[in-house]
Amino acid sequence: MQRIGVFVCWCGSNIAGTVDVKAVAEALKNEPGVVHSANYQYMCSQAGQELIKDAIKEHKLTGIVVCSCSPRMHEGTFRKTAEAAGLNPYMVEIANIREQCSWIHKDIAEGTEKAIVLGRTAIAKVNLNAPLMAGESPVTKRALVIGGGIAGIQTALDIADAGFEVDIVETKPTIGGKMAQLDKTFPTLDCAACILTPKMVDVAQHEKIKIYSYSEVVDVRGFVGNFEVTIKKRARFVKEDICTGCGLCTEKCPQKKVPNEFNLGMDNRRAIYIPFAQAVPKVATIDPNYCTMLKTGKCGVCAKVCTANAIDYTQKDEFIDQKYGAIVAATGFNPISMEKFDEFAYSQSKDVITSLEFERLMNAAGPTAGKLVRPSDGKHPQKIVFVQCVGSRCAACAEKGKEYCSKICCMYTAKHAMLTRDKYPDTDVTVFYIDVRTPGKNFDEFYRRAAEEYGVHYIKGMVGKISPEGDKLMVRASDLLANKQINMEADLVVLAAAIEPDKSARPLATMLTASMDTNDFFTEAHPKLRPVESPTAGVFLSGCCQGPKDIPETVSQAGAAAAKVIGLLAKDKLKGNPCVAHSDEMMCNGCSSCEKVCPYGAITYEDKEFRGPNRTTLIRRIAKVNEAICQGCGCCTVACPSGAMDLKGFASKQIMAEVDAICK
Amino acid sequence: MEKSKENLIQDVVRRSGVNPRKCMKCGKCSGTCPAYDEMEYHPHQFVYMIETGDIEPLLKSKSIYKCLTCFACVDRCPRGVEPAKLIESIRLSVIREQGNNHLTPQMIPELIDEEMPQQALVTAFRKYTK
Amino acid sequence: MKVSYFPGCTLKTKAKDLDEQARACAEILGVTLEEISNWQCCGGAFTTASDEIATKLSSVRALMEANKKGQPLLTVCSACHNVIKQTNVAMKENPDNFAFRANMNLAPDNYNGEAEVIHYLELLRDKVGYDKIKEKVVKPLEGLKVACYYGCLLLRPSKVMAMDDAENPTIMEDLVKALGGEPVYYAYKNECCGGYIALEDAESAMKKSQKISNNAKAQGADVIITACPLCMYNLKKHTKDVPVIYFTELLAKALGIKE
Repeated sequence: MQRIGVFVCWCGSNIAGTVDVKAVAEALKNEPGVVHSANYQYMCSQAGQELIKDAIKEHKLTGIVVCSCSPRMHEGTFRKTAEAAGLNPYMVEIANIREQCSWIHKDIAEGTEKAIVLGRTAIAKVNLNAPLMAGESPVTKRALVIGGGIAGIQTALDIADAGFEVDIVETKPTIGGKMAQLDKTFPTLDCAACILTPKMVDVAQHEKIKIYSYSEVVDVRGFVGNFEVTIKKRARFVKEDICTGCGLCTEKCPQKKVPNEFNLGMDNRRAIYIPFAQAVPKVATIDPNYCTMLKTGKCGVCAKVCTANAIDYTQKDEFIDQKYGAIVAATGFNPISMEKFDEFAYSQSKDVITSLEFERLMNAAGPTAGKLVRPSDGKHPQKIVFVQCVGSRCAACAEKGKEYCSKICCMYTAKHAMLTRDKYPDTDVTVFYIDVRTPGKNFDEFYRRAAEEYGVHYIKGMVGKISPEGDKLMVRASDLLANKQINMEADLVVLAAAIEPDKSARPLATMLTASMDTNDFFTEAHPKLRPVESPTAGVFLSGCCQGPKDIPETVSQAGAAAAKVIGLLAKDKLKGNPCVAHSDEMMCNGCSSCEKVCPYGAITYEDKEFRGPNRTTLIRRIAKVNEAICQGCGCCTVACPSGAMDLKGFASKQIMAEVDAICK
Repeated sequence: MEKSKENLIQDVVRRSGVNPRKCMKCGKCSGTCPAYDEMEYHPHQFVYMIETGDIEPLLKSKSIYKCLTCFACVDRCPRGVEPAKLIESIRLSVIREQGNNHLTPQMIPELIDEEMPQQALVTAFRKYTK
Repeated sequence: MKVSYFPGCTLKTKAKDLDEQARACAEILGVTLEEISNWQCCGGAFTTASDEIATKLSSVRALMEANKKGQPLLTVCSACHNVIKQTNVAMKENPDNFAFRANMNLAPDNYNGEAEVIHYLELLRDKVGYDKIKEKVVKPLEGLKVACYYGCLLLRPSKVMAMDDAENPTIMEDLVKALGGEPVYYAYKNECCGGYIALEDAESAMKKSQKISNNAKAQGADVIITACPLCMYNLKKHTKDVPVIYFTELLAKALGIKE
């Protein structure tokens, strides 16, 4: 028989406001096994924990129930408390009488009644609890960073600087990501390349960092500390270790009409290319969709001009298996397609562009060498209109827009407007906005400078229609403050397109068993207190894959993710979760149902000799759970037809006892 | 707010199926409305004034007859507010009252020409008359 | 192929040519338009209010008849199409309130929006196919620059009408291409012509129509085509230099029916 102590927390007025905590403690005194019951204002406080420790010793408790907040909040706290008093930590149960009771009830009588039921339920379970011991597993001291934008670069550098090996997997031929495409960065207007490319070089030269460019993660197995990952290194048809990046092939290749994705299709590149001058690794890549040699077998110009003999038309995709202790997702973002927002005529006129295209037009290394001209006729635009929130904050149209605020557009639009007026004082610049959102250090000052010092016209109201007429664009919009409809001519219109997570994030999340929200952003373990960790142990988040953010915020988060990874890799052993599956070999009939549903590959089979009747022996196939791999998800216990599979700490009879207690 | 006005607003909102609270006040409806210039109150104001309970000026305004029901505001609203449906509902509140028809058969000869299709007449009667 | 056909008031009077051309072209393309019996005017506009029942009953009656025959209900006039399709979707999505009351008001029936409502353009694109039309063309339009005018009724509300992308539709442009013409892209193709406002505020209709035709002309149109008799009235009245015709007229010409 257990000796159970019950501790009811007030959580100030959070619980005590709608639950009569004293009545709950009193009522639970009479439950089977309970020998002690107490209540206290803040059970999680130092004093509260002391109260529990003293009670454990004084009443020789074998199990405790804490009626308090969600176990996600303080289960760990109270397990440590119990352990300090000599109790096995798995003899602690939490009855959640805050999130699942006091916060959702208004009536004290109802709240109290429910709290008593929840307490009774936890007591019923503790009566059947048994001490559990966590196993240990080793930690592979190497980290994987998926994505080589500024987020991935910063995370990798910070981990590597702490002395751990890091691999970066990047799908593009070069690292650098979106930041490499930007011109200047707000609010200080430093040139993006000038601050990014030294970091790219640091990555390339760091002895602890290996870059897999033009590669992707295709399979992830294992668990925290012990991930096994398969990386597909796509054939670039150029020997990476031999190519010197001289660029001769990219000048001689006769296939000149390939849309240059780095410049968002605003100019062309060759079929063999280096995305930009400071690319890392600086090696050429052949685009198999356009290369005449690869398509027809007739050409071979690049191989002829290559003095290093680096071209290899027979190169095949390579698959690399590598072990990691931690994985960081840094898959980044893309602007959404403007195809479904044709009231802004993006598909109808070359002079309606997105903000990222504008970045390329302003960039000295861009398609116009930094000269701001209209893409249609190369003329200098006199009147430029910026439209904010195109596809952002769009709740009515899930199939085309995004419900969230993309966060960065207000600031980069202010930057674009300011830079335009600075470089071309003769231009007339108008920004149509719904709200200008500038929460960030020196952000509002920056925006105000655009309006006050650079004379950018800010009009509160949304654009409703843009129509190309001849070589002009007619812009119809609201001016809400003047209560007018505006019809103005423009030479160039720039759309601040909403941003969305990269398309690779969803399949990656499936591989990592990491959760995502409805917008395909990775979910944090806790939105405030664990913002860079995924709920899946060993998986961390960096940059825009977790939510829209600007460069300073991305870099901070990248560093935070690195710190978490370093904390993990610094450990030699990890304590596992003892709440794992266990198969009763007497009941198991070896049917393989459990193996089929196990998402972690934790179940294997073995043939075991059993004693049969009349001194016979028989050999039966039975399931074995690898406790180091099992995550305790419980899929197998549901799939098992004979009831042999059970979860330690969440055994079927414990769950049934809880249900009985609720129904009593 | 007095009871009758409150009831009227409730009726207007319920009949339209529009929830004015969804409006984020971006003005895209008025930025796209082709009948803006003919209106005294504009689409975003219809939504805002119903939200704040200021319905009388709308009932009296000629603006309710200027909406073309072209649904540009409905389709382009980022929040799915559907201002045109609200305007229609307000107009119905007016023309459903005895003697409040905006168009009568006696007025027609003055208004039509040889080429005008039947469609114009039936549509106008449907919109302006009960 | 046979489809149920709802001509509507104007196609029997001011827009007889639209009706005649549509029927003749359909015959050449192997489609017979079976006019439904005792149809009544759709009312020209769909009243969005949820408590409007009677104003939608003529559409429901037409839908019931087409449904009984197991045929799609086809219209040529944009307004009829808009009203009937919106009514049909309301029947489907609102079974307890609107569909129940509509059924109660009409002959005992249990119709809940099962019929398919198609516009003539959808018949051409989805049932006949532009490739087949291309084969039947005897007098190609030979590079005629055509501005296709959709107006509002064919496209909006887009969630209900679902004919094409409401901001950049191409169903008419693709037809023009199939007939050998050259579509002209202009942004005002889905802006309102003023519609019924022409009756009491001719100036308002003029402003709107002129914006449309000016935009089409600025983009180099030789001719403007439309599917709606009221758009036709407004655009024709306020457009100089460029003819405005029904899309069926181009089709009839290309198929060799009309000189």
